[in-house]
Amino acid sequence: MATQHSRSAARIMMAPAVVLLLGWMLIPLTMTLYFSFKKYLPLRGGDLGWVGFDNYVRFVSSSAFWPSVQTTLVIVGGVLLITVVLGVLLAILLDQPLWGQGIVRILVIAPFFVMPTVSALVWKNMFMDPVNGLFAHLWKFFGAQPVEWLSDAPLFSIILIVSWQWLPFATLILLTAIQSLDSEQLEASEMDGAPPLARFGFIILPHLSRAITIVVLIQTIFLLAVFAEIFVTTQGSFGTRTLTYLIFQRVLESQNVGLGSAGGVYAIILANIVAIFLMRIVGKNLDS
Amino acid sequence: MGQITLNQITKNFGDVQVIPPLDLRIDDGEFVVFVGPSGCGKSTLLRLIAGLEDVTSGDITIDGRNATEVPPAKRGLAMVFQSYALYPHMSVRKNIAFPLRMAGLDKAAQNAKVEAAAKVLNLTDYLDRRPGQLSGGQRQRVAIGRAIVREPAAFLFDEPLSNLDAALRVNMRLEISELHQTLKTTMIYVTHDQVEAMTMADKIVVLQAGVIEQVGSPLELYHTPRNRFVAGFIGSPKMNFLTGQYAAGYDAATIGVRPEHISVSPSEGTWTGRVGVSEHLGSDTFLYVDIDGVDDPITVRSTGEISARHGDTVYLTPDASKIHRFDKQDLRIA
Repeated sequence: MATQHSRSAARIMMAPAVVLLLGWMLIPLTMTLYFSFKKYLPLRGGDLGWVGFDNYVRFVSSSAFWPSVQTTLVIVGGVLLITVVLGVLLAILLDQPLWGQGIVRILVIAPFFVMPTVSALVWKNMFMDPVNGLFAHLWKFFGAQPVEWLSDAPLFSIILIVSWQWLPFATLILLTAIQSLDSEQLEASEMDGAPPLARFGFIILPHLSRAITIVVLIQTIFLLAVFAEIFVTTQGSFGTRTLTYLIFQRVLESQNVGLGSAGGVYAIILANIVAIFLMRIVGKNLDS
Repeated sequence: MGQITLNQITKNFGDVQVIPPLDLRIDDGEFVVFVGPSGCGKSTLLRLIAGLEDVTSGDITIDGRNATEVPPAKRGLAMVFQSYALYPHMSVRKNIAFPLRMAGLDKAAQNAKVEAAAKVLNLTDYLDRRPGQLSGGQRQRVAIGRAIVREPAAFLFDEPLSNLDAALRVNMRLEISELHQTLKTTMIYVTHDQVEAMTMADKIVVLQAGVIEQVGSPLELYHTPRNRFVAGFIGSPKMNFLTGQYAAGYDAATIGVRPEHISVSPSEGTWTGRVGVSEHLGSDTFLYVDIDGVDDPITVRSTGEISARHGDTVYLTPDASKIHRFDKQDLRIA
């Protein structure tokens, strides 16, 4: 019943949501663009007028820029690798008939409900603290020198914390995908003489490829903006300064809103480049 | 080779015994059909033979070798599943070659065998397609192709035609029978459709609740069913059963007459009844006749030309030599 009348009625009813969403997205974006062309130092004179592309040039030529891009990519890549590999293994494990399956599944999903700030603090103080952390006690138990995680292996520590948060998401999506696999296919491959590893490689993994694509795409979008975990652990020191964190420092620590906004625009561009690459590489899995 | 013996096998799921102790011998080259109503354990029995389920007790012997503990891949049997279970991400060629690849054959040998199988099954033009691009019948043939290339001791079919439409089913039935004539390999075929069983089998195994009711050739089962269950299950339309006064005259608790063994007359006969629904198929006409003291209408097969109408009174005469008599335990009286 898509008459002219009902269509225009539908448009009117959808309008508030569309306007809200557009405003939600467009206003911050325009403001970022607006500030990125200004010299704006709130504590040192405020709005000092238009400066053209000055901020953009300064942001890229800063010695901190390229290392921060690299750090961002390392964190995203590392977390993706860990969550996808462990996620597949956990999903297979959880798919087995297991005593107390319901409770185990809820426990596995639990980390996803913990706020990033809280989980990073828990990891920092309970596990990674070189004096009182559980890891320190474990190391001492075996007579080893406790590792100062956050200063000796800061990037790895952050990857570990973020992976812990995102593993449940990957596991959950991959588990539902595994459950949709036709068991007759596995039985057929078993009769065809495929040992368990071959069954995994030839049947299960191809079946999961679509779900893995989705996990990679969604996680990448969120991981590019990782912030709280860095803020409460290393504060961006020891080479853990990501692009997001660099922008934060420019705006709030150096109180240079214009420079930070220019960085923000770069971050948008980077996210889009990564997204296009991902779509190219893994997007074809979504067809067919 | 493909001689399979089941010796006193049982299967329990938890506390429920789905297959009580069961013996069966399947000879080399036979086409055996397991038939029975759904839930009678016929698929379970097939999966026990395949090794996809473990027997609770008893022995399975394949070609004189005890295969009870042998994993499915090593039993030398190939199975065609109800859903075909093709690998959706592989081309038809790779699907058919999969068992050969798993067996470690080199590429050239794989290709030769795949091409040969494709030729037998008319799949040559489709080798580079994905299963998703094929019709039901073609998928079915790919699944059979995947089984053929392994050159198994026996083929196991688990209701392979139930996902096809009626016309295609008749075709595939013929193709599978033809294949059996060509390959002369043992085939075990599970179905709930007695027409498939009658048309394809050398030997039919009728199952009910995990128990073998009767084993025999299609015509043996048709002419001398061992009990009332087999009599009612084999034959289409179903056999008519009469009890009470009708059976007493024949010295039995129940008598059974097939629809094709009753003649209809408008003027005289043994039983009087009123015509209910009549189904005109052209070649035949099926009349459903209500007679006094019998709950279900009697089905009668008549020639296509008969002109009985709803409500007409007709007289039925069973062919005395074709009446099956059953005692109180529903067993056949010879």
